Amino acid sequence: MIRFENLHKSYITGSNKLHVLKGINLEIKEGELISIMGSSGSGKSTLLNITGILDNYDEGSYYLDNMLISNMSEKKAAMLRNKYIGFVFQSFNLISFKNALENVALPLYYQKVSRKKRNLIAMEYLEKMGLKEWAHHMPNELSGGQKQRVAIARSLITRPKVILADEPTGALDTSTSYEVMEIFKEINQSGITVIIVTHEDDIAHRTNKIIRLRDGLIESINGELVNPEFVETEISEHV
Amino acid sequence: MFDQDKWQEIFQTLKQNKLRTVLTAFGVFWGIFMLIIMLGAGNGLRNAVFYGFENFATNSAFTWTRRTTLPYQGFDRGRRWNFTTQDMIALRENIPEIKYLAPRLQGTSKGSIAKVTRGLKAGDYTIYGDYPDYAKIDPQKILTGRFINDYDIKYKRKVAVVGTRVREVLFDKEEDPLSKYIDIDGVYFQVIGVFKPINTKISFGANPEELIYVPFTTSQIAFNHGDIVHYFAITAKDGVPVSVVDKKSKALLKQWHRIHPDDDRAIGGFDLEQEVKKVNGLFTGINVLVWIVGIGTLMAGVIGVSNIMLIVVKERTKEIGIKRAIGAQPETIIGQIILESVFLTAVAGFAGLTIGVWLLELINMALTASGGNSGAFRNPEVNFGIAFTALVIIVVSGAFAGLLPAQRAISIKPIDALRDE
Ligand SMILES: Nc1ncnc2c1ncn2[C@@H]1O[C@H](COP(=O)(O)OP(=O)(O)OP(=O)(O)O)[C@@H](O)[C@H]1O
Ligand SMILES: [Mg+2]
Repeated sequence: MIRFENLHKSYITGSNKLHVLKGINLEIKEGELISIMGSSGSGKSTLLNITGILDNYDEGSYYLDNMLISNMSEKKAAMLRNKYIGFVFQSFNLISFKNALENVALPLYYQKVSRKKRNLIAMEYLEKMGLKEWAHHMPNELSGGQKQRVAIARSLITRPKVILADEPTGALDTSTSYEVMEIFKEINQSGITVIIVTHEDDIAHRTNKIIRLRDGLIESINGELVNPEFVETEISEHV
Repeated sequence: MFDQDKWQEIFQTLKQNKLRTVLTAFGVFWGIFMLIIMLGAGNGLRNAVFYGFENFATNSAFTWTRRTTLPYQGFDRGRRWNFTTQDMIALRENIPEIKYLAPRLQGTSKGSIAKVTRGLKAGDYTIYGDYPDYAKIDPQKILTGRFINDYDIKYKRKVAVVGTRVREVLFDKEEDPLSKYIDIDGVYFQVIGVFKPINTKISFGANPEELIYVPFTTSQIAFNHGDIVHYFAITAKDGVPVSVVDKKSKALLKQWHRIHPDDDRAIGGFDLEQEVKKVNGLFTGINVLVWIVGIGTLMAGVIGVSNIMLIVVKERTKEIGIKRAIGAQPETIIGQIILESVFLTAVAGFAGLTIGVWLLELINMALTASGGNSGAFRNPEVNFGIAFTALVIIVVSGAFAGLLPAQRAISIKPIDALRDE
């Protein structure tokens, strides 16, 4: 589903060049539930953003569904994001002047689905998240957990192949975090690949595979150290 | 075209800061409003100048004699001379481009202004001896009776067509002036018509309402004018500038009367076409100026809109980032911002247009009601074409105002937009 080959990424700020990803080799198969861990600044978000085609990379290659993702137009990128990827953010990123239902329905608007039809589908997803009664509430009337569930519903509505979540439980308390993780598990069981960036061990342990980043390289997968000099890293699936 | 979500967003953003929206809209409103008012005022001035001018054959010229200023063929300078009726016939024969030629005699044997009496009533009026064709060059509104006709000319009838002022002075209010006799410097004329001048702007010294027209041939005999012609009006056939005819006729007249070909001051003249052109040129100039100033004002308003859209886009960077992350294409974002800008300018511009036109209409009504329509200002108006042009300018400039902010919105990478706090 997702394959990185010797992926490099640097940020240039003024005259400084910060080498953030220094040759990532990784393959993620369809239907995996993965967490990415690592210390702050290790490049987790950077890797996730590249995966979501929100950012570009400098060197190596990235294949999504066997498609080489490189130097594409913003139009094409938007289309691929809409088709393949659902995003869940730490800060929810709901649109403040749209109610829960409209927020969830928005990705379908960009697919030119009629208003009636997309609201119907959005309601379905809100119901799955147990938020039917909150459909017509504005984001500022919802709790953090509710907002995140609305955001998850929004990420799911286009039936993406991959869900990318950058610290989805970062702003939530423990019990709410576990509820959200249960939802991700259910999503994963329906066949969708889920990648979660997190700092919390207990969250990471609720996923099936833990990838640790360190200094822009993959340090370990499920605790097994990975030699970064390997050109090809064969990853076996653990359950 | 109607997309509820799009419009919802537009109203949402415009509502978020009402005062800012209103102030921005006011810039555009004012631009269009001023443009319309200024164009209307320009037209008002123009209409006032051209009022009482429109029915006059504008391709006409008037010609009269003056003293010669150059010696020629044995004649000294300063010679007095006159056109003759033979000249008129010869001109018609020699210049095929002439449409109408109307010779005129002015005054009686006693002077250029005659004493006209009827019983105890009396007045001093200008008497013109004219041909029927004159009515084709300078049409009169005949209130009762008729103008001079060919039989009057042929039989040298002693008939007169009098102006409204003359009728008021010489006749009682209820009296029918037709067939009544008036005494013009001792000669009796029968009134055959009363006219009201349409053209108030063009006169030859006399108040057009205080004129009396008599047949040319009658004037010749009754007032001992002999064979001369005081002056004549000439119009050119359609498509021929009257200046061509004017030039030819002057050249011929000089030749026939032995006047130096270069002695332009020996013939006086007045070419209405040239005058109209000059006035037209002036108003074209005013119009151009109005458009430049108006468009400038409008541009200031549009730049205001563009500025505000830039701020709006900046404020909404994150939101735009979110939308792009979940699949909004650049065109969708651009379209939205441009639509918003066009909407704002169109509504404000349309308001300016409507209120501007409405105000002109109001001024017009006030002018008509106060009867002051004959002054320096008349019928301030803008025509549909101009209003439409203004509307097109508004919409196009609205689109331009949105273009830069829209470009700015999508020039930011989605990830940077998302990171924006
Ligand atoms: N847009 C940017 N411009 C410049 N430097 C950046 C940019 N984004 C990230 N960085 C730098 O790249 C490094 C990696 O950032 P990244 O956000 O990927 O870290 P992270 O692993 O997600 O950290 P955290 O756990 O704190 O979220 C950091 O040192 C960060 O300062
Ligand atoms: Mg991060």
